[in-house]
Amino acid sequence: MLRRIRIALAVVCFSSITLLFLDFTGTLHAWFGWLAKIQLLPAVLAVNLGIVAALVVLTLLFGRVYCSVICPLGVMQDGFGWLGKRRKKYRYSYSPAVSWLRYGMLGVLVIAIIVGSGWLVALLAPYSAYGRIAQNLFAPLWQWGNNGIAYLAERMDSYAFYSVDVWMKSAAVFGVAALTFVILGVLAWRNGRTYCNTVCPVGTVLGMMSRFSFLKPMIDESKCNGCGLCARSCKASCIDPKAHRIDYSRCVACMDCIGACRQEAIRYGRQKKRPTVDVSEGKADVSRRRFLSGVGLVALTAAAKAQEKKVDGGLAVIVDKKIPDRRTPLVPPGAQGLKNMTAHCTGCQLCVSVCPNGVLRPSSKLATLMQPEVSYERGYCRPECVKCSEVCPAGAILPVTVADKSAVQIGHAVWIRENCVPLTDGVECGNCARHCPTGAITMVGSDPEAEDSPKVPVVNIERCIGCGACENLCPARPFSAIYVEGHERHRIV
Amino acid sequence: METKDKKGMDRREFLKRLGAGAAVSVAALAGCDPKNNPVTGDRSVEGEVPTDKMTYRMNPTTGDRVSLLGYGCMRWPQLSAPAADGNVADQEAVNRLVDYAIAHGVNYFDTAPVYVQGFSEKTTGIALKRYPRDRFFIATKMSNFSNPTRENSLAMYRKSFADLQVDYIDYYLLHSVGGGGMENFSRRYLDNGVLDFLLREREAGRIRNLGFSYHGDVKVFDYLLSRQDEYKWDFVQIQLNYVDWKHAKEVNTKNTDAEYLYGELQKRGIPAVIMEPLLGGRLSKVPDHIGTRLKQRRPASSVASWAFRFAGSFPGVLTVLSGMTYMEHLQDNLRTYSPLEPLTEDDKGFLEETAQLMLRYPTIPCNDCQYCMPCPYGLDIPGILLHFNKCVNEGNVPASSQDANYRQARRAFLVGYDRSVPRLRQAARCIGCSQCVPHCPQNIDIPAQMQRIDGFVEDLKQGREF
Repeated sequence: MLRRIRIALAVVCFSSITLLFLDFTGTLHAWFGWLAKIQLLPAVLAVNLGIVAALVVLTLLFGRVYCSVICPLGVMQDGFGWLGKRRKKYRYSYSPAVSWLRYGMLGVLVIAIIVGSGWLVALLAPYSAYGRIAQNLFAPLWQWGNNGIAYLAERMDSYAFYSVDVWMKSAAVFGVAALTFVILGVLAWRNGRTYCNTVCPVGTVLGMMSRFSFLKPMIDESKCNGCGLCARSCKASCIDPKAHRIDYSRCVACMDCIGACRQEAIRYGRQKKRPTVDVSEGKADVSRRRFLSGVGLVALTAAAKAQEKKVDGGLAVIVDKKIPDRRTPLVPPGAQGLKNMTAHCTGCQLCVSVCPNGVLRPSSKLATLMQPEVSYERGYCRPECVKCSEVCPAGAILPVTVADKSAVQIGHAVWIRENCVPLTDGVECGNCARHCPTGAITMVGSDPEAEDSPKVPVVNIERCIGCGACENLCPARPFSAIYVEGHERHRIV
Repeated sequence: METKDKKGMDRREFLKRLGAGAAVSVAALAGCDPKNNPVTGDRSVEGEVPTDKMTYRMNPTTGDRVSLLGYGCMRWPQLSAPAADGNVADQEAVNRLVDYAIAHGVNYFDTAPVYVQGFSEKTTGIALKRYPRDRFFIATKMSNFSNPTRENSLAMYRKSFADLQVDYIDYYLLHSVGGGGMENFSRRYLDNGVLDFLLREREAGRIRNLGFSYHGDVKVFDYLLSRQDEYKWDFVQIQLNYVDWKHAKEVNTKNTDAEYLYGELQKRGIPAVIMEPLLGGRLSKVPDHIGTRLKQRRPASSVASWAFRFAGSFPGVLTVLSGMTYMEHLQDNLRTYSPLEPLTEDDKGFLEETAQLMLRYPTIPCNDCQYCMPCPYGLDIPGILLHFNKCVNEGNVPASSQDANYRQARRAFLVGYDRSVPRLRQAARCIGCSQCVPHCPQNIDIPAQMQRIDGFVEDLKQGREF
């Protein structure tokens, strides 16, 4: 019964969280957005004391149910384990805790947070690891599916579905996600919750508390016949059947053992007398680490069709825009600046998955690896959109309203004379000025002396908010004639 | 190919007889099975397209017997990717359409060097080469818009012969005169001596009929007709349809009523060739209630047939051009003119009322001729304008954000926009360089329209009140 409840809740949480990453319309966040906000590490980084306290209380009451129900990475591993179990039941076995690795990893995380090494935090955070997997591996499948339906809808003259762009946002982050997925998949398929009890720092912290939880599974030694079925069904490998002992720091309260015991010797309840939680320190035979590797993927470029002479019809070839070399990276409004972003972001990719304009993508730079970065080759930060600020669970992008956003300066536009089409092509343009939402761009004669000289933009950087409309809509390709340079600290203009 | 076509005819004949036989037995059983309706049992409600009923008009100068339906070769079906030689036209589909048209009496084919990204003449030439030269009349044009030097113009003229694989051209036109006024006309035809050259070519017999197609500044039209004694135009191509007949100025201030143009030609006995009888499809894709009105009056006739009957009802019209991309359009037009049932006075009054209704719908007068394309900055100009027009006709261009169907119309407009035109080719990308403007025969201020549509899209996207 308890197991069924656990599974039901886990499936609901897991699918809802996954949908958060898959839903590109942003409608589900109104319903399930809170599920991202109750994740422990983001809550800690967002200094969301209420949620942290609630999770501590939850763990002290019921043990590590967080790991079995709320954590999507944990539930995903259970999924792999379940697949493995279909092949062979009762295939786990007790193994002693690898404490040096567990506490070592926790220490690494703490140090990483203190020194502000965002990429390391992002790599270790379990929820973020899942986010990357969902965003990089599941979302494209979902979107392709959607595009298939949109294709049919179009043929049926229905506007219910629309097509979305599926693109590789960062090859490095895709590589990390794919590697995490494969390693965790293999580990979980073979040995259950190895990752959660050796690497995951959230698991370690919760484990420290769950030893003292009010309710926990207990072995009634008088009923136990020492068959060891419980240990063989324990995905956390934390039951020592010979000693009739359970390592509560590793138990994720999955309740599998209760049903596995044919003697009904295991029950979930209050502890009568405190058992010794003496766990034998075995030598670490398995040390697992994840390594980073960039996966180079060949980007497909559209085949170009050449035009020879001026004839009627046909479409001009459009060269893809390239990312300009920004001295300072751009982070979205609400992030308040690079420091706040690095201090809080766990690299979960939720903002990246909801960005409808193709603006956010995970950074591939080591210092900010997996943290969101803004760029404008595919779209710009549209004035009506504040989606990333609505979804961020870690306080890296704080909520802003549409009105606030129009006054938050995240960067400023810089003009590049050499690329500007009135000068290179000798045509009228002014597309940047026409689309600037704050009216920060004015077109002026390129030669102050000559009144009829080609008009080029001048930017009032006091009014510019760095939204990138000018950069994105600039006709110059592959590099725009106007691009946005980031600001370290955002300000209100 | 001709024998193949005959085979096709035989098969059709065979099927017809078979069907007729079946119809008899079906008729006997009709009472038992409602699915076997005796009316539709042996033929579609629309009926066979007649092969020998086409209406023909006589060219007074050469005595040519020209089919009232002329094939416009500007909208040939295109391949999804160009063929090995770069040709974008789907030759196989074009051959099929040409075979069908000729088999049903069409004998006038109108092309130009610039159509279909420059491949229309070649493709049309290949399709027609399979027929004896006296089975068809070919019309092509001097499209020296971008480079009007004598050298380039003459090269273009000679290339038409090569591409079409002919040694004479039946109908040769000065392409789209009137755009850019007299000044542009002088530049293209007088200063470089091209008109004199073409007059001599007519004398030499390589051009059987010389004429011009007219859009835009009426001064050029009047000037050319005033010199009729000298130039002896054999025909003139004008835009004529039931909206442009009396309301051309309301659609576009730079245009001239077809009533005037046709009247001037009639005065001088010059046959008129009609283009844009359908306004690039805008007279077949009409707002719903207008379509209903037309269907109500003649349920068995298509909406487009009204426009074709209108153009064909004028006796001074030699042929009515239609750029038929689809077999169904060809068949529909063939039905309309096999034979033509001229409009009654009542019908004309009814169409005039229809025209007035049409004018209440602010569609942009784009006929999808693609002359503006390719836009050097990658926009799909006709795609954007046609999407806008479609939304106007379907009621998906809300006049105000307070409209009852605002949300639904907003979604239809925006989702449909992304479907019709890739984002990188949408109106927001128009930089206003105005290079397209002189190419538009309808004188649409394309940059202004792009910015208007972009502004509207921004209103919708940002959910602004308007």
